[in-house]
Amino acid sequence: MRYLPHTPDDIAEMLKAAGAESLDGLFAGIPPDCRRSAPMVLPHPLTEWELNTHIDRLAGRMAAAPDYKVFVGAGSYEHFIPASVGFLTSRSEFVTSYTPYQPEISQGTLQAVFEYQTLAARLLGMEVANASMYDGASALAEALLMAARITRRSKVALSQAVHPLYRRVVDTYLKPTGIEVREVPFRPDGTTDPGALGDPVGLAAVAVQSPNFLGCIEATAALAERAHSAGALCIAAFSEPLAFGLFRNPGSQGADIACGEGQSLGIPRCFGGPGLGMFASKMQYVRNMPGRLVGETRDKEGRRGFVLTLSTREQHIRREKATSNICTNNSLCALTTAVYMASLGGSGLRELAQLNYDKTEYLKAKLRAAGISLPFSAATFNEFVAAFPDGFDAVYRRLLGKKIVAGLPLAAYYPRLKNHYLLCVTETMSKDDLDTLAKEVTS
Amino acid sequence: MTDFLGTTGLVLDEPLLWEQGRKGRCGFSLPRRDVERRPAPEALAGEGPDFPDLSEVDVVRHYTRLSTWNFSVDTGMYPLGSCTMKYNPKTNERQAARPGFAGAHPLLPSELCQGALELMAALECLLAEITGLDAVTLQPGAGAHGELTGMLIFHAFHRRKGSARSKIIVPDTAHGTNPASASLCGYTSVPIASNEKGILSPEAVAAVMDDQTCGIMVTNPNTLGLFEENIKAIADIVHAKGGLVYCDGANMNAVLGMAHMGNMGVDVLHLNLHKTFATPHGGGGPGAGPVCVAKHLEPFLPVPRVRFVDDRYVLSEDFPLSIGKLQAFWGNTANLIRAYSYILSMGAEDLKRVSQLAVLNARYIKERLKGTYHLPYDRPCMHECVFSDKHQQAHKVTTLDIAKRLMDYGFHPPTIYFPLVVPGAIMIEPTETESKETIDLFIDAMKAIAAEARANPETLREAPTRCKRRRLDETAAARKPCLRG
Amino acid sequence: MKDLSELKFPDDLHYVESHEWVRAEGGRVRIGITDYAQDQLGDIVYVELPAVGKTFAQGAPFGSVESVKAVSELYMPIGGKVAEINADLENSPEVVNTGPYDQGWMIVVEPASADEVNGLLTRDAYLGKLKG
Repeated sequence: MRYLPHTPDDIAEMLKAAGAESLDGLFAGIPPDCRRSAPMVLPHPLTEWELNTHIDRLAGRMAAAPDYKVFVGAGSYEHFIPASVGFLTSRSEFVTSYTPYQPEISQGTLQAVFEYQTLAARLLGMEVANASMYDGASALAEALLMAARITRRSKVALSQAVHPLYRRVVDTYLKPTGIEVREVPFRPDGTTDPGALGDPVGLAAVAVQSPNFLGCIEATAALAERAHSAGALCIAAFSEPLAFGLFRNPGSQGADIACGEGQSLGIPRCFGGPGLGMFASKMQYVRNMPGRLVGETRDKEGRRGFVLTLSTREQHIRREKATSNICTNNSLCALTTAVYMASLGGSGLRELAQLNYDKTEYLKAKLRAAGISLPFSAATFNEFVAAFPDGFDAVYRRLLGKKIVAGLPLAAYYPRLKNHYLLCVTETMSKDDLDTLAKEVTS
Repeated sequence: MTDFLGTTGLVLDEPLLWEQGRKGRCGFSLPRRDVERRPAPEALAGEGPDFPDLSEVDVVRHYTRLSTWNFSVDTGMYPLGSCTMKYNPKTNERQAARPGFAGAHPLLPSELCQGALELMAALECLLAEITGLDAVTLQPGAGAHGELTGMLIFHAFHRRKGSARSKIIVPDTAHGTNPASASLCGYTSVPIASNEKGILSPEAVAAVMDDQTCGIMVTNPNTLGLFEENIKAIADIVHAKGGLVYCDGANMNAVLGMAHMGNMGVDVLHLNLHKTFATPHGGGGPGAGPVCVAKHLEPFLPVPRVRFVDDRYVLSEDFPLSIGKLQAFWGNTANLIRAYSYILSMGAEDLKRVSQLAVLNARYIKERLKGTYHLPYDRPCMHECVFSDKHQQAHKVTTLDIAKRLMDYGFHPPTIYFPLVVPGAIMIEPTETESKETIDLFIDAMKAIAAEARANPETLREAPTRCKRRRLDETAAARKPCLRG
Repeated sequence: MKDLSELKFPDDLHYVESHEWVRAEGGRVRIGITDYAQDQLGDIVYVELPAVGKTFAQGAPFGSVESVKAVSELYMPIGGKVAEINADLENSPEVVNTGPYDQGWMIVVEPASADEVNGLLTRDAYLGKLKG
């Protein structure tokens, strides 16, 4: 086997030096009642060429572009990824390196992550960003726990327009802590109602997502103000950070913590993972932040370099009192988004965001013109909800046969939104694709 | 004397991204605009971020140069204890990058994603077979995430029995993520000491196990590289008082095809795909931390779960006792594909061989270095061995100095100052993918360093001298954090 | 790390085994960590102190002190209410290393009971514990 270099001679020599009779003899100390009674039953090993065929067969039973036009976002977005991004992030020195605990031989990762932290903080308008969490959902859960630690309060308010799957992850994380989650409904225009927040006194945090799950841009500033009036933190979540190339970022609206999903920024969707949990906050809260942080410093010869820092927050030092249990994060994904953001640049990102917005507005206009109801009137970015007539599910199924996925049915997530579909348009859809969709859904 | 691996080469300096570039440059092929421009509502419009504008050449040179400053498995050996830095097969990268997988939306209707669902179902079966447990979730994003999942399962199990418990037993050799994960579930960690053999004794467990304790978190083999021989007796003690046994599977690389977690009495186990199953570390992640459970805990697994219904695979939420969700979607699919590919490439015999050779490599290092470095537990080790700097203290040389000097010899240092039970610990895990020649070079380097410690200790305190940077001022970084540009 | 003979332990202070020192100042006491403690910790990067007005029992943790790679809890040598905290430590934690008994003081406490101080270790007794 090509990953196992030992020859029989190597093994014989090493056994001798190790003082063992045989390879089996190395395990003499394992009690019989801990052992397998029979060898593992696994498929016969495949050659590299058989593996290619096997995986190709599986990958061939998947709907993906360009064959399929998938008009679905909902936390996972299709954007063009330059060849340079994949090329650079597949360099062995990035892919097969370890966590940079020994900074002298990890300056590549450390500078790259420092740059990522900077770009992430600038994109979100926040003072400091960490080196990443797992995904947008777990990042939100960690943000709520962080707010509870900071304020020493045990109630949080969470908008119902936050991604339903994020809210379920929040419930899972918060259940054993006794922290109470108060849900805040959204208004007819598709945005969260600050009035429906109720009395903010006693809340650790008010959490809202923008653009929200319905694609609508939230009035984060107003919600932040209400939160702050009661000493609560404002947590601004997101699942599509490209929006901040066009719309106001969380920091500019008073967010104390900004957290969400960075997959849009150059990471392939890959059936949902790995993504990128982006996490940023005000500097005053940094010692309460979970996750790794890279900081700038100097070496013995006065040269600039980078190191992991503020490590006493983390599990390997603080153990049961750590800010989180997180160890492995999504470092390579953070690097990927940094390469993507560096490639786009400030000008490019603004133009790309504008293009996403324009294509979405184009489709919205075409659907409206065709008599389709778009129930939520708030501004949107690259997603919006369309309410189709009864019986649309038959059209939807027919379109699947035509390799078009006409949005995400929302009834499973919001029971009163029967026949409502969440549609997503990105720069990957051409005008023709949009015209075709508009025609097909109304035929 | 042998030629050592550490040397200097062409390594270029490279400024930060925002220290370069020119306004108007772009490294991205902006897609064709085929629709009208529409202004965003003024009250909501922002300015966009202050990013540097770089050409594609700028970006490619930048990251290419940065990459050359990194040590990596593809460059050399990482004898990092409990990290299992084995070789990452390149065919696995090809499989994860197949467009059908890479471009797939997670919320596709099930008939449009049968390939991924079939792979996930198959991987669950493979992991159950390998571990000797009964049911698997692939959702957790890393080992610690798997530990949290396990703790949530403990919590749900006990709540369902009407006995909410508040404590959990954690050995002194446990990885920091263990008590941290327990705390996230509101459990207080009750520490117990390992005995003079470096393993847990049933008496120590019995002394603290009671009906307020939800169970125990063990690592087997433990972080001293020793097999917890008393695990069955310990599991019996814990079970007798209604508790559960959690096993941190970080060290699974030592016992593939050999140990049976179910037989040992383990109820919940997490695996690190980025350790045992060769998915790459990526400079700190992403990993994947599947959790395997004994049958009676299956109802508590996170949802959705892959099921085969009628004629196809579906993601089912129909598990009322489930603890809920750990990530928005189904797990780190790209890594699941890599691990699946690895298992299919190895097969049962070669996976067993992996553990045999991993243990052989470690045992060989232990025997050959034990004269040179202090070996706190001179017992047969599994896939890793732990030394200390005790012999070098006389020369005022510490584990840190030894580690830093090892870089000049062309090796990544072993894990240092962990486990906490050994002051100045040096934890060495070679893994099975290192050849005898490489290991011999490593042993020679360690011996040379011990000799330097005697003859010329200052060399070690000045180390490393051959790397991109000398030792960095971590104190200043922590006192006045500068975390962004 | 230094030899015990190189470290200082003023004899007008009281000490506890967890390495805090106590200086009686009229009705109040000033508290910090010993030269031994700062030497063991290495370069101190951060000190977490309680809010003024909080009350702690003897032996309770009242804060923590961090070096790059370690965190140590700080324990109340005597019970009482926190009357003052050393605000300088926020920006200059290194003074705990350079002046553990003067500029590196941490909190001033109004003792809950007048005679807890008497039960503490003398300098010689503390040194004895360190040597033993």
